[in-house]
Amino acid sequence: MHLLKLILRNALRHKLRTLLTVLGLLVAILSFGLLQTVVDAWYSGANNAAPDRLVTRSSVSLVVPLPVHYRDKIRAVDGVRSVAAANWFAGVYQEPKNFFPQFAIDPLPYLAMYPEYRIPADQLLDFLRDRKGAVVGRKLADTYGFRVGDTVPLKGTIFSGNWEFVVRAIYDGATPRTDTSQFFFHWDYLNESARQRAPQRADQVGVFVVQVTDVARAAEVSRAVDAQFANSAAETLTETEQAFQIGFVKQTEAIVIAIRIVSFVVIFIILAVMANTMAMTARERMAEYATLKALGFGPGFLGSLIFGESLAIAAAGALLGVALTFPVADWFARQMGTLFPVFEVSAATVQLQLACAAVVGVAAAVLPALRATRVRIVDGLRAVG
Amino acid sequence: MAQSPPAVAIRHLVKAYRRGGQVVPVLSDINLDIAAGEFVALMGPSGSGKSTLLNLIAGIDRPDSGELRVGGTDIMGLDEAELADWRARNVGFIFQFYNLMPVLTAFENVELPLLLTGLGARERRERVGIALSMVGLADRMEHYPSELSGGQQQRVAIARAIISDPAILVADEPTGDLDRVSAEDILGLMERMNRELGKTIIMVTHDPAAAQRARVLKHLDKGSLVD
Repeated sequence: MHLLKLILRNALRHKLRTLLTVLGLLVAILSFGLLQTVVDAWYSGANNAAPDRLVTRSSVSLVVPLPVHYRDKIRAVDGVRSVAAANWFAGVYQEPKNFFPQFAIDPLPYLAMYPEYRIPADQLLDFLRDRKGAVVGRKLADTYGFRVGDTVPLKGTIFSGNWEFVVRAIYDGATPRTDTSQFFFHWDYLNESARQRAPQRADQVGVFVVQVTDVARAAEVSRAVDAQFANSAAETLTETEQAFQIGFVKQTEAIVIAIRIVSFVVIFIILAVMANTMAMTARERMAEYATLKALGFGPGFLGSLIFGESLAIAAAGALLGVALTFPVADWFARQMGTLFPVFEVSAATVQLQLACAAVVGVAAAVLPALRATRVRIVDGLRAVG
Repeated sequence: MAQSPPAVAIRHLVKAYRRGGQVVPVLSDINLDIAAGEFVALMGPSGSGKSTLLNLIAGIDRPDSGELRVGGTDIMGLDEAELADWRARNVGFIFQFYNLMPVLTAFENVELPLLLTGLGARERRERVGIALSMVGLADRMEHYPSELSGGQQQRVAIARAIISDPAILVADEPTGDLDRVSAEDILGLMERMNRELGKTIIMVTHDPAAAQRARVLKHLDKGSLVD
């Protein structure tokens, strides 16, 4: 109790210095949390992937399409429960900065494979009945104010021309980490239009999403699907949905690594600041530590005083930083619109923030504590604070 | 009747400091007995080694050679932890600049040494109350050092020095930072501690007036006792 009292009073002894140090820690912990959340957002697709879903694409490149007739051949492979075509549309809504993912899909099998997209039954029926209908995620709808019945014009880039879709359904996510920033419409509508506007793009599919009957057989089914098309003009590469998503992230891995490095650099900088503060503090109080030693207090007590003060300051900065991370992340997510489909501060990020603060608190106190506990009493008593 | 052992017995004590590559002798062949209950003033010019001798007796520095028994204990044979424990039980410190913890009240400063004793909170409170009453500061218990005058701070330091009832009080220039009136006040208080509580007091001072309050005067010059 006395030790705690002494720690807290010492921590508040130079209020401005302590306040500035806590502020520095707050900013560092907050920045670290946001950067980690950006990294998490990058991997959200991979993290949300289901183990029973595979993705079949051209073995040459993702931009090389596959013939639509592969759908029936894949469906016939032993271990396949369902297959759905999906094409990346890449339309522009009003202006290029309004980015959101758009997919032309086989509606029934595709949506059945994604039970995490919760669609009201009546809206789903309306969507299925309307070949120009679209399903939009809640986040996307909120961002652009889409409501059921609204017409959404998109300017095609891959599939040229002006396209119009009618919002027939809005889906919610089963969990807060479900991506609700997507826009789905009928693959048949895309294909029919492609036949008229750009026949060379007709009857082609970007990827097939494949659902397996048994997760344990995913690798075997992947091999069997690819074997069907080996030595053909359009060979395939089938992998789990997670591997497919990670493949996407790997294309921008350098950015992710840079963000990770920056997040830890921020922590290292605040560690240096904190270590300097604690060193200054210990130097000023050397005569007090020597007095305590003369009175009979051992190195354990002195070490506890210094580590306790350092950890108390680190804890204050960390708790404030963690508390602020949530509202700031919400604000950041709103500013980013649908750029990051999922931007949630995870429990792992909070744990990392607290762990970093603890490391900073301990590491900053090591040298001052060693110095205070090792100083000769007579030398310490001569020290001028 | 058997004679009681001296509070401090020093034989052939030697101490030198190393500065850079040089060895600077500070004390050479010191022999000194201080009887229990004595009030001794150590005087001498700057650099004569009087503070070093006081530090050795108080167990906050170690001699290079010789014998040093304090209260019958050969403190040269104690390791750091044992020495810290010995100091807590046997030595009270009075410093020139009081050396109070600025973040603790007068009460809490005086209570500090008792935290090492395992006494309960109530008993600690009673003892601190008595000690502060003895030094005339019962009404300033909740004051922080910055709210007290130099003389009052030194009185708090004296209360802290006697709180765990040590046999020996060591005082290094206890009046060096005080005006004449406060210095007289502190010296009177130390005399009382010696006379009424039987504390052995060893005081280093430059001030001849302060030294006059001691019963025994010892002079050091260039690391040797000269009388």
